[in-house]
Amino acid sequence: MESRQVYMDHGATTPLREEALEAMMPYLQDKYGNPSSIHSAGREARKAVDEAREKVARALGAEPAEIFFTGGGTESNNIAIRGAARLKKGRGHLITSAIEHHAVLDVCKDLEQDGFKVTVLPVDSHGLVELRALEQALGPETFLISIMTANNEVGTVEPIGEIGALARERGILVHTDAVQAVGQLPVDVKKLNVDFLTLSAHKFNGPKGIGALYVRKGIAVSPVFRGGGQERKLRPGTENVAGIVGLARALELAVAELPQKTDHLTQLRDRLIAGLLRIDDVTLNGHPTLRLPGNVNVSFNYIEGESLLLSLDLQGVAASSGSACTSGSLDPSHVLMAMGLDHQHAHGSLRLSLGRGNTVEDVDYVLSVIPPIVQRLRKMSALYPQ
Amino acid sequence: MYNDKVIDHFSNPRNAGEMPDADAVGESGSFKCGDTMKIFLKINGGKIADIKFQTFGCGAAIASSSILTEMVMGKSLEEAVRITNRDVADELGGLPPLKLHCSNLAADALHDAIQKYRAAQRKDKGKALAP
Ligand SMILES: Cc1ncc(COP(=O)(O)O)c(C=O)c1O
Ligand code: FES
Repeated sequence: MESRQVYMDHGATTPLREEALEAMMPYLQDKYGNPSSIHSAGREARKAVDEAREKVARALGAEPAEIFFTGGGTESNNIAIRGAARLKKGRGHLITSAIEHHAVLDVCKDLEQDGFKVTVLPVDSHGLVELRALEQALGPETFLISIMTANNEVGTVEPIGEIGALARERGILVHTDAVQAVGQLPVDVKKLNVDFLTLSAHKFNGPKGIGALYVRKGIAVSPVFRGGGQERKLRPGTENVAGIVGLARALELAVAELPQKTDHLTQLRDRLIAGLLRIDDVTLNGHPTLRLPGNVNVSFNYIEGESLLLSLDLQGVAASSGSACTSGSLDPSHVLMAMGLDHQHAHGSLRLSLGRGNTVEDVDYVLSVIPPIVQRLRKMSALYPQ
Repeated sequence: MYNDKVIDHFSNPRNAGEMPDADAVGESGSFKCGDTMKIFLKINGGKIADIKFQTFGCGAAIASSSILTEMVMGKSLEEAVRITNRDVADELGGLPPLKLHCSNLAADALHDAIQKYRAAQRKDKGKALAP
C-alpha cells in the first residue's frame, strides 16, 4: 500500500476547521475591540461574545447565562471544582474517579491537602465507575461528585445521567469533564443532570486555549482568579474574542454534523478494532460498546508503546500510548492501571483516536503497517517467547 | 526529541536478536519504567567475538543497545567493562535527559554478562584444579 500521512491522535487535539478559522479571522485583525469598551469597536466585540454564548448554550441545552468562557478544559475543571470547594471553607467530602484527567484528579488531591475528604472511586476492568460504589461512598458531608463523561484514553462512556439523578435527589453537586465527549456524543446538560460541565474547543476542531464551563442557574461558585468583571467575575481577564467565536462556530457545526460523524467514526473504529484483534496477543482496552465513536485502545503484549509510536511515526502515522516510557513521569497510565492492567500491558498500549478527516483508506493503511512493526519489535523483545 | 543517529539505530538496529549458543547472557531492568534488556556474548581468547541484544523498552533503549553492540564488538573484556552508560549516550550524540536511564540498561546488561562469564570461568578453573 502506498505510504501516507495519517493523523489518529484526535484525543490529543484536532485540526482547526476552516469555517471556525474564517469566523475567527475578523476578530484577529479588524475587529480588535475590547468587549468591555464603550465605543463601537468594543460593542462589536461584545456582540460577538454574546452571540457565541447563545450558540454554545443552544448546543448544550442550556441558557446563555449558564455559559462561561475559560482558557480551556484544564481551567474549567479548576474553576468548577475549586470554586465549589472554596464555599465550603476547607470542610466537606468530594468524590471523583481513578480515571479522571489530571486536571480533575490533581485538583482533588490538592483539596485533600487543604483538609477536604476525598474519595477516589475505583473502576471495573472496562473503565466503568460502579454506581454501587458511588452510592456507598456518599455521606452527609458529600457536596460534590466529579466524574468524566467519557475517558480520554480508553473512551469509556460513564453513566453520568444516572449519577446526576442520584446526586440531585440528595442535593449533591455534580461536575462532569466532557472534554472528550463534546463533539462525539450528544451532550445535553438537562439529560445529564449535571451542575457543572467542562468543554474544550480544540477537541472538536476549534482553536486551542479556549473552553467553556456550564454552571447551572442558581449554583454558587467562588472565583479562583481575581481581576476584572469579565465572565461575571468567574473568569476575569479580557476575553479571547477570536477564540470564543471559533469555539462557538466549531461547536455549532459539530452538533449539526453529529449523527453522520458518529456513524462514520463508529464504522472506522469497529473496522480498526476488528483488524487489530486479528494480530496475536492483542487485547482491547476499554468497554466493547460504551465507548467513544472515535476511540481505539489496544495492548500489544511483549512490546513497549514508545517504540511502537516511533515506528508508526516513521510510517507517517500519529498516535499515542499509555506506556511509562512516553509519560514524562515514567509511570504507566493511571487509567490503564486503575482498570487492573499489569505493567506490561499498560506498557504496550496504543491509542488510535479517530476524527473528522479520517477515512477507510486511513484505517486500512494503519492496519497494513502495524503487523510488520509488531513482528519486528517482538523479535527484538527480551520478553517475547522466541 | 531524538536525533537522527538515535532514529537510525532504532530503525535499523545492529545485532538484534537471540544467540542460542552464547557464552554469557547478561540482564538488566529499569526500576524507573519497568523495562528489561538482555545481552548475549560469544567470547573468544578474551575478546568479544559476537554480541546480540534483546530489549523490551523505548526507542532510546533500543538505540542504546544497538550502538553498544557496535562499540564493544571485537573488544577485549577489560576494554568492554570500562564502557559506561555515559559513553553509550555520547556515542549516540546525546539523549533527552529523561531518557538517560535507558542507556544504563544497555551498559548494565553488558557488565552483567561479563561478570557472569568471569564467574563461570573461575568456577571452571576451580573444577579443573580439583583432584
Ligand atoms: C478529559 C480531558 N480533560 C481535560 C483536558 C484538558 O483540556 P485542555 O487541554 O483544554 O486544558 C483534556 C485534554 O487533554 C482531556 O482529555
Ligand atoms: S526504556 Fe523506558 S523510558 Fe527508555
